[in-house]
Amino acid sequence: MTISLTVNGDPVELADGTTVAALVADRTSGHDRVAVARNGDVVPRSSWTTTELSPGDRLEVLAPTAGG
Amino acid sequence: MNDGELTEELVPALEQEEATDPFSLGGETFTSRLILGTGGLPSLEVLERVVRASGTQLVTVALRRVEAAAGSAMLEVLSRCGVRLLPNTAGCQTAREAVLTAQLSREAFETDWIKLEVIGDDRTLLPDAVELMDAAEQLVADGFTVLAYTTDDPILGRRLADVGCAAVMPLGSPIGSGLGIRNPYNIALLREEVSVPVVLDAGIGTASDAALAMELGCDAVLLASAVTRAREPVQMALAMRQAVEGGRLARGAGRIPRRWLAEASTSMQGLPEL
Repeated sequence: MTISLTVNGDPVELADGTTVAALVADRTSGHDRVAVARNGDVVPRSSWTTTELSPGDRLEVLAPTAGG
Repeated sequence: MNDGELTEELVPALEQEEATDPFSLGGETFTSRLILGTGGLPSLEVLERVVRASGTQLVTVALRRVEAAAGSAMLEVLSRCGVRLLPNTAGCQTAREAVLTAQLSREAFETDWIKLEVIGDDRTLLPDAVELMDAAEQLVADGFTVLAYTTDDPILGRRLADVGCAAVMPLGSPIGSGLGIRNPYNIALLREEVSVPVVLDAGIGTASDAALAMELGCDAVLLASAVTRAREPVQMALAMRQAVEGGRLARGAGRIPRRWLAEASTSMQGLPEL
């Protein structure tokens, strides 16, 4: 069974029960400095492994880049 | 009207302190008064050379979607250079976006320092004063060390300092415009209005702009495009370093008053009749 949600603006289908930690592992290589927002709120790193994604969630998986 | 004459009247009594003294920002001490933005460089190799040439100890960084981000390689370079990171909220147009971005940055970069930018539109990138104040208050309450990018309005700057911002960072002119300091009067006045550090942020085009910022009394200069988009970024980084140091020294040394007419430096005494 899969759920539909949005990750970084793109619609995706993920297995039911996918956690934020699994999503981050899938999207990044070495996620030391990654931050995640879910439906407009920060998901603290300490909650990644226990936070399961829900249908319709809007996820933003962010990483450092150059900036002024 | 001559900008310089106006400024002259408003510049407070010159500081007698050592011209190259370190300055304190958010409880940390820095010996370099140049804060460098990292956006716009062609490679990490150039980034490292630019950071080293500038002598900076504090560089701005940003958060973007992982697909578009430079990621850990950039951080390794900056770590090797020994600089502190200052995440920004670039691109945010509302207090809500800026607060969330700051919180995400705290997670990613493990720092509660934030360069708070809340812009009004994409065309000018000018700060939205109302959203900025709202975001600043929320972030200070949430324990952030807030360095607020703002307009050159001295009253708004005072309000930002009053709500607890660690630094007020007025623009000289719009981000990336290279138009320099359009209103030196306001910058000098703002410097008088607040006790927290004032950092000239945005609009610097070339070394003389950075020197002027320091001569007007700014505590530091934050610039990115002027270096990263220069034809020779490493050379410009060195120019900015020296300009900031020169401007600071000149500020401390005390410039001569502007005069309408000449005043000879060679004595007229003993002038022969030829």
